[in-house]
Amino acid sequence: MGAALLDVHALRQSFPRADGGEHLVLDGVELSLAQGQIVGLLGRTGSGKSTLLRLIAGLAQPSGGTVTYLGEPVNAPAPGIAMVFQSFALFPWLSVLENVQLGLEALGLPEQEIRKRALAAIDLIGLDGYESAYPRELSGGMRQRVGFARALVVHPNILLMDEPFSALDVLTAETLRTDFLELWGEGKLPIKGVILVTHNIEEAVLMCDRILLFSTNPGRIISEIAVDLKQPRNRLDPRFRDLVEKIYVAMTARTPTPLQIGTTALPTATMNTVLPRVSANRLAGFVETLAAAPYNGRADLPVLADELHMEMDELFPVSDALQLLRFAEIEGGDIKLTEVGRQFAELATDDRKRLFQRQLLAYVPLAAHIRHVLQERANHTAPKSRFFDELEDHMSTEDADLTLRSVTAWGRYAEVFAYDDDSGTFSLENPT
Amino acid sequence: MRAFVPISVSGWARLFSRWDILAVLLILGLLVFLAEASHNLFQPLAELQRQPPSLDPRHLPEYAARTTLRMLIAMVLSLVFTFTYATVAAKSKSAERLLVPLLDILQSVPILGFISVTVVFFMALAPGRVLGAEFASIFAIFTSQAWNMAFSFYQSLRTVPTELEEASRNFRLSPWMSFWRLDVPFAMPQLIWNMMMSMSGSWFFVVASEAISVGNTTVTLPGIGSYIALAIEHRDLAAVSWAIGTMLVVILIYDQILFRPLVAWADRFRFEQEPGVAPPQSWVFDVLRRSRIIERLTRPFAALWRLSLRRPPDKARLAEPARRSIRGWAFQLSVIVFALAAVALWQVMRFAVEGITLRDVGATILLGFATLTRVVVLIAIASLIWVPVGIWVGTRPRAANLVQPVAQFLAAFPANLLFPIVVSAIVAWKLNPNIWLSPLMILGTQWYILFNVIAGAAAIPAELRSVAVNLRVRGWLWWRRVALPAVLPYYVTGAITASGGSWNASIVAEVASWGDEHLQADGLGAYIAQQTDAGDFHRIVLGIAVMSLFVVVINRLFWRPLYHYAERKFRL
Repeated sequence: MGAALLDVHALRQSFPRADGGEHLVLDGVELSLAQGQIVGLLGRTGSGKSTLLRLIAGLAQPSGGTVTYLGEPVNAPAPGIAMVFQSFALFPWLSVLENVQLGLEALGLPEQEIRKRALAAIDLIGLDGYESAYPRELSGGMRQRVGFARALVVHPNILLMDEPFSALDVLTAETLRTDFLELWGEGKLPIKGVILVTHNIEEAVLMCDRILLFSTNPGRIISEIAVDLKQPRNRLDPRFRDLVEKIYVAMTARTPTPLQIGTTALPTATMNTVLPRVSANRLAGFVETLAAAPYNGRADLPVLADELHMEMDELFPVSDALQLLRFAEIEGGDIKLTEVGRQFAELATDDRKRLFQRQLLAYVPLAAHIRHVLQERANHTAPKSRFFDELEDHMSTEDADLTLRSVTAWGRYAEVFAYDDDSGTFSLENPT
Repeated sequence: MRAFVPISVSGWARLFSRWDILAVLLILGLLVFLAEASHNLFQPLAELQRQPPSLDPRHLPEYAARTTLRMLIAMVLSLVFTFTYATVAAKSKSAERLLVPLLDILQSVPILGFISVTVVFFMALAPGRVLGAEFASIFAIFTSQAWNMAFSFYQSLRTVPTELEEASRNFRLSPWMSFWRLDVPFAMPQLIWNMMMSMSGSWFFVVASEAISVGNTTVTLPGIGSYIALAIEHRDLAAVSWAIGTMLVVILIYDQILFRPLVAWADRFRFEQEPGVAPPQSWVFDVLRRSRIIERLTRPFAALWRLSLRRPPDKARLAEPARRSIRGWAFQLSVIVFALAAVALWQVMRFAVEGITLRDVGATILLGFATLTRVVVLIAIASLIWVPVGIWVGTRPRAANLVQPVAQFLAAFPANLLFPIVVSAIVAWKLNPNIWLSPLMILGTQWYILFNVIAGAAAIPAELRSVAVNLRVRGWLWWRRVALPAVLPYYVTGAITASGGSWNASIVAEVASWGDEHLQADGLGAYIAQQTDAGDFHRIVLGIAVMSLFVVVINRLFWRPLYHYAERKFRL
């Protein structure tokens, strides 16, 4: 292990909130990247890992703390740090060759060298023959290869990858990962270190030497996991599976989750809880699957994720919601239906709604609050803004929006209240 | 293509901000300043009439070339204005707060109002008198082109995808390079569409900008516009027909040589790719692209161009302090702006006290309501006609291909060319000019309703139409539940453009003449035209100010909320 390429110290990022307070996105982040390492940043949506990547890239300024690259503070995009984007970020009006040349032109190199290096990078990444194609003519996988070539051609010391495979289908993503790891392993890439942002646990274990796990709201590093397996790694290797399991346990452990308030056994929602955005139908489908064979009410999360083809950022909102509503509980990386959950799985539509209504009013204070306000008022209606403003005092505008949408969807399903989007009002009446 | 809304619709929360008031003050101040300057310079420039233009059609090619040149120069100026003004507005938050309302107000100032107050000023600026008149004319054409182009560019810059913006920063493109490699290409399709609209719009005012007459100052520049003016003065129907023919030819040439190649070229800059839409074709573009001579000729320029895009080797560390100094500079600028606004306020007050009575103001506002009534009624009638037609055409792609170019030509058709028919008819049948002159106002602008509705109807997803067929939704139910809701957002966009344009056109349309027959309707447009003839600068400014006020208030109180409602509820 060589000297550190990059040091991140006590990094903090926050945004002003509507009520004058601040919304903390990242807090106390420590990170160092040594030569020859791939470091993974793993966390759920909203854990600030993409924000961290942008701070490292010099695309944004932190509210506190420092980013040091080769001994110099980073406060603007630094030469030697290149980025690969989730949605490729190719210029649609430039051909493959022109896209790859862009970074070199910005360096002010002589025209011949630009061409030579660009062609070499295109060759390396397997884009031969596509030089004059425009991005719209390429498949997603080929587009991301252009993204890689464009980043590699400037010979960066550090390559930043922002969920580079998440917009691709499973097979394409796997090919691209393998190709990348091969080139990296053979030392053919002109880079010294990689930081990979991902929400895919297996991808992190497959590619990284070290994995940093992030909590949400605010994003903090909750755990660091070293991956000592030799490349190429085998997903079916028991030690690989163990690591995946270990990360699932860490990510679903009760203490660090934002839903945990007080000392009750299960995470409990308060008025300030950001509610996960999951439709009632999805919840019902999940409960049914879990109740049926082969799970019979209990499943290992990694196995379940694999079989249902759900990634972490799809799975966790569902498991969060089920826990909130007391339909299931999570322990040691396993999800288990509660008695109420089993009951729910067996009921017919109308009874399900009644049960859902009971759980919603009992365990989601916001739903109960809206219902209460509507009952208190003479005309039994209330504008959306009333609740939105209340929420905004405790969370960011986006979170408030998300939470209100979730509670509206659940409230409608459970027929706890109605909502009219045209006028933006909640009411007790359902159209008959 | 998604049509663009020519008014500011961003600040949805509040109807008016203090920045609007500041913008109004600055523009009023400028108008007053120009009017006063004109007033003082009035005498020495009274005689300018040189060799009078002739009605001989053999001169028409030369006139057409001159008019075309003026429009092109104005277009270049408009582009320069667009690239600078809109860029500053989009990149600097502090500048944006003033520049956007300023543009919104500028748009509402009637184009001919600019001519009235600037002509003498420009003529005094230039060393040779003809050159000064040319300046004035080009400036007038510029004012009919620049605002919506700048607006569209500003809106495009605001919507540049974040990841592309981050990529260009990550790869450390210099500001100059990322402007030409990212911002301009991204904005290009929308900008070209607006350039075409601007070109049509400026034809409408070409008569007024070439045959300028303010008070005793009469300027006639050789061109199609002054030819038309002369033909009308001499009641020469043959000459009017010649002019129409020439215009048709010029517009066709423009379309083939300039705009079609541009549209075909800009197709590569379209960001989202709609599947199944054939890319636009242009034979000129194909020839240019394939020609080796052209390639060889342009190669050195292209190399030079690429060289200018290069970042000079490492000056990156300068970025941060530079940004800070810009911030300091912006502060000083805002101090200057407030000082200017204060001066403007004082100037306007003095100007108003000097020559305008309260009764004048009241009378002008009443006239404004007369014109308002016309605009409202005409937009309603045009909507009743063009919405069904547009939907019918839009749902039939082949018909749409035929109708679009025709409508584009009609949009460029100056109202003055219809004066012979309208004036003769009104005189012959003793009609009321207050009613029968009105249709001239909407002559050029009604087509925007048609364009947009056609685009909207063409954009109804095939699946939705299939569902309607499948459920046997027909007749009135189909219109009510399928067609009308689907085109509403597009219709609103078109109607906003049409309404703004009609106000503008009222200055030309509420007064019409054919030889010695002068007809006039009661309205604000006629008022401004009349005061311009009389050279009464106080009342010209008053008329312009009141008209701008009407337009801005209607945009904010009516169109903007309607636009948001339609976008939220009916955008597919």
